[in-house]
Amino acid sequence: MIKKLKLSDKNVDFLKKIEELSGEVITRCDQCGICSASCPMVSEMDITPSQLMRMVQLGESEVMESKAMWLCASCFTCTVRCPRGLDLSKVAEALRQVELRQAIDHIDVKKLSKDEMKRLPQIALISGMRKFTG
Amino acid sequence: MKVSYYPGCTLKTKARNFETSALAVAEKLGIELIELSRWNCCGTVFSLTDDDLIHHVAPIRNLIRVQEMNKNGLVENDHRLVTLCSMCYNTLKRANIRVKEKPDDLKKINDFMYLEEDYKGNVEVIHFLELIKDIGFEKIKENVTNPFKGLKIAPYYGCMLLRPKEVGIDDPEEPVIQEELIFALGAEVIDNPYKKVCCGSYQTIRDKQVVSNLAYDILTHAQNAGAEAISLSCPLCAFNLDSRQKEIKEKHSDFTRIPVFYFTQLMAIGFGLNEDYYGFDLNYVNPEPLLKEKNLIGRNNAK
Repeated sequence: MIKKLKLSDKNVDFLKKIEELSGEVITRCDQCGICSASCPMVSEMDITPSQLMRMVQLGESEVMESKAMWLCASCFTCTVRCPRGLDLSKVAEALRQVELRQAIDHIDVKKLSKDEMKRLPQIALISGMRKFTG
Repeated sequence: MKVSYYPGCTLKTKARNFETSALAVAEKLGIELIELSRWNCCGTVFSLTDDDLIHHVAPIRNLIRVQEMNKNGLVENDHRLVTLCSMCYNTLKRANIRVKEKPDDLKKINDFMYLEEDYKGNVEVIHFLELIKDIGFEKIKENVTNPFKGLKIAPYYGCMLLRPKEVGIDDPEEPVIQEELIFALGAEVIDNPYKKVCCGSYQTIRDKQVVSNLAYDILTHAQNAGAEAISLSCPLCAFNLDSRQKEIKEKHSDFTRIPVFYFTQLMAIGFGLNEDYYGFDLNYVNPEPLLKEKNLIGRNNAK
């Protein structure tokens, strides 16, 4: 007998939303784990990139509570290695955008010390604000 | 040869030494890098969401400037745009690919910028390292008057020069372009797998500890392989690998500081150019003691 996984409408909606934002066919992920094995940030994450993909596949919006996508540095190592041709950095960006588009910021630039502000190059501040603020 | 050149914000400030050294070595190689007559920030990162077009306006606007450069005769029928900063390179090139592949997106962006002439999709974004490769490493060798005589240098690529594959200047897993350059300058190339591991990028404003941990791994792997210096091409990598050595030293007292160079600084030294072009005042770890020890600076051959 074939066992089918049935997602609730709510879960399907979440999956569709992330697929639309990222432009990636997330259901193609085979869960091989090469993204997790390649990720330079994985040791800091609460769930691994492949776990994040699995949660999105199943439409589990609880993934939004994880800090994994906020630790993604968009280094594209997983992107060049994914055997299914998926771009995980786009999926992470889609998840971040779900929050950022509601104007929920993940960094407060005003809290950076004067010394840090003086040291940081512009590209650090601009890219950081692009990734962590809405 | 005259080519349009896009500096980007950081090359005018924190990475001024990258620009001054690059312009000087380009001149020595017979390349005139002509700065776009006006330009704006590229946005630093390529927007990754499918429905977001507004963030591609800034990079595309810069590509229109290349068309203007041709029209005004500042460059002669040359639609290449040279970049030095790896992040600008990546963002401009990816935005260019997106509008070339999606004519509808291009139309929307062109319509949005109705005061500008239309972008025709004919600009080619290249990195200065690609231009050097085109000229040929033999030509680099010919210009070396102050060879590095075996100074051990580890090339570091980071992410934006290599990934994703469609914008990479070399193989994403086994790049060699910097190795060939370092070899041509007479230095010893120290290869190590951390040369393409991310330095943490913009995470540096969110959690400097995470970034200094990554930088520590990258630097100590190079050092354990024998490196005496690092070569790179991104002002953000430079900040994380050079300036963050302050944080690394605070955490790991046994860590030995290692100088981090822009590849163009190494070229300027190798070509024996005037020391004014090196701009070491902007390097966090002062490379002068190492260079003096190897008798590479402070000689009388600088012209």
